[in-house]
Amino acid sequence: MNKSKEQLLNKRYKAEQRFRLYGLGAIFMALLFLTIFIFKIFSTGYSAFQKTWLIVPVTFDAELMMLEQNPSNEDLQDADYYDIALKSMADLDPNANEDQENELKRMVSYFFEKEIKNELLNNPGLIGKTKEVYLTASDDLDQVFKGNYPRDLPEDQRRVSDYQLKIFDQLVAKGKVESKFNISFFTYADSREPELAGIASSFMGSIFSILVCLMIAFPVAVLAAIYLEEFAPKNRFTDFIEVNINNLAAVPSIVFGLLGLGVLLAIFHLPRSTPLVGGITLSLMTLPTIIIAARASLKAVPPSIREAALAMGASRMQTTMHHTVPLSMPGTLSGTIIGLAQALGETAPLILIGMVAFVNTIPGSPMDPAASLPVQIYIWAESAERGFVEKVSACIMVLLGFLIIMNLFAQIIRHKFEKKWS
Amino acid sequence: MIKIKAKNVDVFYGKKQALYNIGLDIEENQVTALIGPSGCGKSTFLRCLNRMNDVIDICRVKGEILINDFNINDKSCDVVRLREKIGMVFQKPNPFPKTVYENISYGPTIHGMAQSKQEMDEIVETSLKKAALWEEVKDRLHEPGTGLSGGQQQRLCIARAISVRPEVILMDEPCSALDPIATAQIEELIDELKKEHTIIIVTHSMAQAARVSQNTGFFHLGQLIEHGSTDKIFKNPDNTKTQDYITGRFG
Repeated sequence: MNKSKEQLLNKRYKAEQRFRLYGLGAIFMALLFLTIFIFKIFSTGYSAFQKTWLIVPVTFDAELMMLEQNPSNEDLQDADYYDIALKSMADLDPNANEDQENELKRMVSYFFEKEIKNELLNNPGLIGKTKEVYLTASDDLDQVFKGNYPRDLPEDQRRVSDYQLKIFDQLVAKGKVESKFNISFFTYADSREPELAGIASSFMGSIFSILVCLMIAFPVAVLAAIYLEEFAPKNRFTDFIEVNINNLAAVPSIVFGLLGLGVLLAIFHLPRSTPLVGGITLSLMTLPTIIIAARASLKAVPPSIREAALAMGASRMQTTMHHTVPLSMPGTLSGTIIGLAQALGETAPLILIGMVAFVNTIPGSPMDPAASLPVQIYIWAESAERGFVEKVSACIMVLLGFLIIMNLFAQIIRHKFEKKWS
Repeated sequence: MIKIKAKNVDVFYGKKQALYNIGLDIEENQVTALIGPSGCGKSTFLRCLNRMNDVIDICRVKGEILINDFNINDKSCDVVRLREKIGMVFQKPNPFPKTVYENISYGPTIHGMAQSKQEMDEIVETSLKKAALWEEVKDRLHEPGTGLSGGQQQRLCIARAISVRPEVILMDEPCSALDPIATAQIEELIDELKKEHTIIIVTHSMAQAARVSQNTGFFHLGQLIEHGSTDKIFKNPDNTKTQDYITGRFG
């Protein structure tokens, strides 16, 4: 009798131990996947924050630039920089033939002319002199310098020729290749050339979309939640509405995209590809999330507070506005931020309303065409150039950083401003 | 003088009847205690007097409750005005999560009772003094009311209730969450308050009813079994159920 009881007890302890091990295993697996994911993104993406520059001596020959004596600022603006730009590249190899000169030119980005121009505009005294100028290396050489490019491929399978590699190696040996922090990744709009592509357009697009989404979804959702929670009679009709709001939260996002396409673009003719339309579409998605969060935090306000206010002779409206709503605000706000964070990461509905278009300008308002960060990731991930691989990961890093900050903010609001009850 | 006259009051929660044909007169400037076992309907009756049952969707109240000869169950009765005149103190202290000062000033503010900051300061001070709380909180008026002790919170709630100078104060087991010392303070306070207010108190403690009240009503299973002067109810009740409850044979 005693022995079997002991056995039973042992069995129970063992079962508990096994269960703990399973739990630990599950957590370990989850952490492992997360670590692999983060490591992969960081190891691929960190190099995108560096950019390779070729340091090339440029002779600012007034004659080649078609400049007169003592040129004004305007003259400098209008001057012809193409020839000196071309010449400075060709001069890297004095023995180059015409084909090779062309290859030399392709070692830098097509912005090289502009970069030379900016150098002169910043320092007009350079006319007639020679100065070493930083030129953005082409994306392929950028990848070569970062060690991401397989140099041992046969030449006809490479986008970089043996000749270019030879000249590049000479420059490296002379210390004329430098890697610097890639500011243009944050300040340039999208481009077909990876070395010139940046996230400014999609970043601004995301900000504008989120702002539009917030301005529409927050007031509507909060009003709906207050009405449903504090004023609406509890009957079949309100039950029906409640069920539908919960269902709405589970509708796949692409359906909202179709709604945006079919209603906002086709019927109301709002401008395509703009954060305005994107924001409205996202706000439809965010609405149920905020309503549910706001209702939950209204419900969490103890009924005794409502009773106290009502018993003091406050009307229902006063009770709600003076007590219940202010007390529920921290929960509502953190729910809103989490809803916005979801909207920020949403891709499918934005693709449908045309925010997937190639936009090489930085939007100045929600009415200008723009991409958004997740869509930018999608666009770059589709592109063939090797230079975009690291850009995709870098963009994911920016998006994740953004999301982490928002969620942190939601947590802070929740913990700092939530009232303690008695 | 009779302040409140309840006639044929029936209360239903959905289909379930909670009160049966209650008729009760409540004397002005006296303390009336409502006693009875749990679930007997005494709190429900109390909540009829300031129409707090309106908040509960499924609750229906029938019958007449005359306060100053005006039927508060009449359609023309404005609950906001009614609750201004009939204050309430709840079982669990429920101060607003705001400062002590704001807790008191809320009622006068929404009813427009103070024209200036000085007037409001005065109302806050007199209310707290009447609630015997002033000496303890005068230096922390702008600290949260929820930071006070349980007994202080309950006196804060009483001060809040009297800040709008109600004619009647309803108290729903105001001492059930308090220790004996805080209870004694509140009971003393009730004795003081009855000079200016009519008080109706629901209590589980027979001793408390005997100590503070002049009149007592005994509820059982939704019916008012007996009511009369506290002396009579406790010393010489007419009904055997009352006798049994008071002597502790049930309840």
